[in-house]
Amino acid sequence: MRKKFQKFQEKFIEGLLMLSGTITSLTVVLIIVFLFNEGLGVFNNKPIDEGYILAINKSNSVKKLSALQIKNIFDQKIKNWDKVGGPNEKIVLINIDDISDYYTEIQLGKDFENLHFCINDYINKHKGVIAFFSESSLPKKFLGKVINIDNIKLSEFLLDEEWFPTATPVAQFGVKPLILGTLWVSFGAVLFALPIGLFAAIFLSEIAHKRVRNILKPLIELLAGIPSVVYGFFGLVIIVPLIQQVFDLPVGETGLAGSIILGIMALPTIITISEDAMRNTPRAMKEASLALGASKWQTIYKVVIPYSASGITAGAILGIGRAIGETMAVLMVTGNAAIIPHTLLQPVRTIPATIAAELGEAGAGSVHYQALFALGCILFIITLVINLTVGFVTKGKNQKKH
Amino acid sequence: MRVNYLVYILISFLTFVSCKGRIKEEKDDKIITIKGSDTVLPLAQMEAENLMKKNKEISISVIGGGSGVGITALLEGTTEIAMASRDLKKKEKLKFREANMDVEETLIAFDAVTIIVNPANKVSNLTEKQIEQIYTGEIKNWKDLGGEDLVIVPYSRESSSGTYDYFKEKMMDDKNYTSDVLSMSATGAIVQSVSQTKGAIGYIGLAYMTPSVKKIAVSFDEGKTFVLPTVKTAKDNTYSKSRPLYLMYEKGNSKKVNKVIEYFLSVEGQKIVANIGYVPLK
Repeated sequence: MRKKFQKFQEKFIEGLLMLSGTITSLTVVLIIVFLFNEGLGVFNNKPIDEGYILAINKSNSVKKLSALQIKNIFDQKIKNWDKVGGPNEKIVLINIDDISDYYTEIQLGKDFENLHFCINDYINKHKGVIAFFSESSLPKKFLGKVINIDNIKLSEFLLDEEWFPTATPVAQFGVKPLILGTLWVSFGAVLFALPIGLFAAIFLSEIAHKRVRNILKPLIELLAGIPSVVYGFFGLVIIVPLIQQVFDLPVGETGLAGSIILGIMALPTIITISEDAMRNTPRAMKEASLALGASKWQTIYKVVIPYSASGITAGAILGIGRAIGETMAVLMVTGNAAIIPHTLLQPVRTIPATIAAELGEAGAGSVHYQALFALGCILFIITLVINLTVGFVTKGKNQKKH
Repeated sequence: MRVNYLVYILISFLTFVSCKGRIKEEKDDKIITIKGSDTVLPLAQMEAENLMKKNKEISISVIGGGSGVGITALLEGTTEIAMASRDLKKKEKLKFREANMDVEETLIAFDAVTIIVNPANKVSNLTEKQIEQIYTGEIKNWKDLGGEDLVIVPYSRESSSGTYDYFKEKMMDDKNYTSDVLSMSATGAIVQSVSQTKGAIGYIGLAYMTPSVKKIAVSFDEGKTFVLPTVKTAKDNTYSKSRPLYLMYEKGNSKKVNKVIEYFLSVEGQKIVANIGYVPLK
């Protein structure tokens, strides 16, 4: 009886373990499917607001305009049609909200019942016109020409350099500055955190006295428990003004501020994991090295570090992972200007910060919403590639050694 | 030992179940959420605190994020009241109509969009056109505006902000911001950054004004007269960039939110408006 019960109990626990494993894997798969499902939707949409169209005069030979050209036209940076492959004609902008400036109330009708007629009339009269209005007010016998706007293309999404997701009439979804911003900040963070973290780990595991280690290690681990908003505040109030003074910059909110904050946040992960790996070096190996006459430093350099290389890399990857995905702290200190950064001393906008700042206002299912999910996909791919590369590199190394 | 396992599992299961029960309990109907505009946020917080002190039955939670965030939350049913510092956009009206929701916009106060710079900046007057040129990136140095040789650092809000849209529409002739504008996720962050950056310029709601930054007098008639934004100039409309602040709610929900809306409009509520630094309705 007792044995039977014991058997049942073991089966039960085994089942429970399997269930947890399955649930976790399923969750991961579900999240990825959801992410890509929403994100890829952006390429089936036009960057113009749903239900709205752009129209021009019939005599105008322009058939297509890119999102960037439309933005420049409405920003009054392009003022003549010959710049976009049309006739030499000055561009006249008209927004349907302003149509009452050109037609009297009597002409428009009380409930705008003659709006169709007025649109037709205006577009027909002005050769250089470009009008932005809702599809519902499109006249049945339209005398103008509706401009074709292409769906968002992958190449444009990745290579365009302007991110104006709420611009009217046409939103700009160029994620290049965001991708570069993320990479710059994370790269800076690694550059800063990896050496410091590694040295601290060596110190803790090999050099520090036991008593020192017992105080230092919990303190460092405590760093990981500080909420990221607190790091953000610290950065905004201390590091940002400091950077501004030290480098004599017009503005302290730069990629470097983000890198430093992220570096500090990645430190505990890097230190704890590498230190654990180093301490796992068999005592026999270290003693053999010392017995052969190697100094303490030579032992660390030739025995401990190579032995714990895979642990150190794991710590570094997890640290970078935290750096790339971190949102709040970066949002507060990098200035979030969507420009392509050329140095770390410029403001940058990262992918996680963009998602965090904009997802709240993007209605579920809108193009903006899908574009933010597509950004999430890109972030996912970046981390995946980094993990795979590092895994590949360490694997090759280990095989050579053993 | 083995029995222990079972006990652990049982205990954790029970904790789980009881937690679930408690979460349900907390999602009581009596809590009213107010979400949205950062400009309205300090006002709404103060009003909510006072109302809750007076009427112990009402429980209100106030969350910022930007007008766009509040309106989207209202549309998705995650908030009862949305705060907004701008009208509904056409796109949003269409969406509410699609969702069969009838939205009521209640005017609660007026604000003046205030342009601020660092106190060390010598420039204290700007025309509307100059502000537009700063934010579209045409003017990049304070020396072009009569100040010292210093790079201009323009601060803006994120695109979820009602002030972002209002500023773009009314101050910038609906042109887009230049790409190197720094966007901040909260109005408080703009004040903080402008106070510590010498070449900075930013825009905020009147109630966020502190002595750590300097107000700019704006000219709306191409440099003839310059007006400082204050409660008085916003009230008599000499500072013409005063704008309405709204609370929005679904009409079908009005029974639940009525007490809150009424309090905002009451004599006491309007007194708080003036105390916080906005312009009361009357």
